[in-house]
This record gives sequence, C-alpha cells and structure tokens, in this order.
Amino acid sequence: MITVKYFASLRSIAGKDEDQFHMGTETNLTNLSQEISKTAPIIGEMILGKKILVSVNLDVASFDTIIKDGDEVALLPPFSGGI
Amino acid sequence: MSTALESNIRIQQEDFVVTDEIETIKKSSRNIGGITIFLGTGRELSKGENISKLNFEHYPKMAEKKLEEIRTQAIKDYGIIEMIIIHRIGEIDIGENIVLIIAAGEHRKETFNACEWAIAELKRTTPIWKKETTSNGEVWVQDTP
Repeated sequence: MITVKYFASLRSIAGKDEDQFHMGTETNLTNLSQEISKTAPIIGEMILGKKILVSVNLDVASFDTIIKDGDEVALLPPFSGGI
Repeated sequence: MSTALESNIRIQQEDFVVTDEIETIKKSSRNIGGITIFLGTGRELSKGENISKLNFEHYPKMAEKKLEEIRTQAIKDYGIIEMIIIHRIGEIDIGENIVLIIAAGEHRKETFNACEWAIAELKRTTPIWKKETTSNGEVWVQDTP
C-alpha cells in the first residue's frame, strides 16, 4: 500500500489529507498519477504537467523514481514559506 | 509545540524571542564577530488586498530536513560559524513574527551573504505553504517573490 499525502491547495482539491493505493510491490509516478486521476483528475494532470513537486519518502522524486509498497508519497504545490 | 530535529532548526507554532536566539548563537563560539539577522513578519497588504490573517502549514519531517540542509550548506559554502532558522506555522496575525534566520561568523560579509542565500533557499526548497485571509476569502499563496 502506498500512502499519498495532499498539502495546502491540493488538500482542498482532493477533499482529504491523504489516500492509500494498492499498486503491487513497486510502481512509478506515471502509474500512480493515473490512479490518482480516477478520483482527482485535476491533480493527476498537475503531476503529469509538472505543475507540482512530488516527494517519495521525503526526497523530491522524478518520473523515473521507483515507488515501492509502503512508501510515503507527498504531492507538494509551489512553496510559499518565508514572507 | 516544537518539532525540532535540533535546537538550531525549529518549526513551531509559538512565537520566538529574537534576542534570546541571538544570545544562543553567540554562545556557540567565542570567535563570532558578526551576526546578521533576517526577520520576516506578517504584513497587512499583499497584491493590493488587505490581509486579516495568515496561516502557515508545513510537511513535517521534510520541512525540517530541508532547513537542516540549508543550515549545513550555509556553514560549509559561506564559511560562517553557525546558523539558526526558525519558521512558525499555524495562525499568525499581522505584525507577528513568521521566520527568523540568524547567521553568525567571524566577519560581517559572510554572514550577510549566508543570510540572504538562506531565506531565498528556504522559499525555494522548503515545503511550507502560506494561506492568506482577505475580505474575499482564503487563498493559498503559490508565488512569492
């Protein structure tokens, strides 16, 4: 099971803090974004269009990153910390 | 509630006392001769709109990890002695403290440069988000200069 966390504006779009997906022992971001698109197509488009960053286990991921069962994926809209 | 990995890197709801943090960093070395401070505070006007309230959210663990990377790189690349980075989360009123960066070194020049780099890097790499409340409602800010 892969945990997907939504932050800030993405939480409002998804309507929840996190999701869990069964994707087998390992998958990649393209496959995961397609799964996310089934319930939140706008977020799936954002991932594929590189409008948001994605992290896997706290490290920024790319489309080549292997996502394994048990990993924590976070969907990160553009940052706006500081002032 | 502090979620610190270590005391020089903190993401917390409660306010901080700038002078206390200056005294803390001064104690890290007797070779400190210059200290530069960046303090970010909540301003009322943003893009022509009056803000009544700010709210900051972070991705726990990843945000602290990024701040620690910034601190470590600032010490290494700019040759400063120590850096403190504190960012508040939760609801913040206009005029309140938001973020504090203190760079301490032997001389002023490296501390100015390290402090300027660190706040830019924080904004670029650290998963923290700001929500502004105005008379038109709430909006998550996505582009900050």
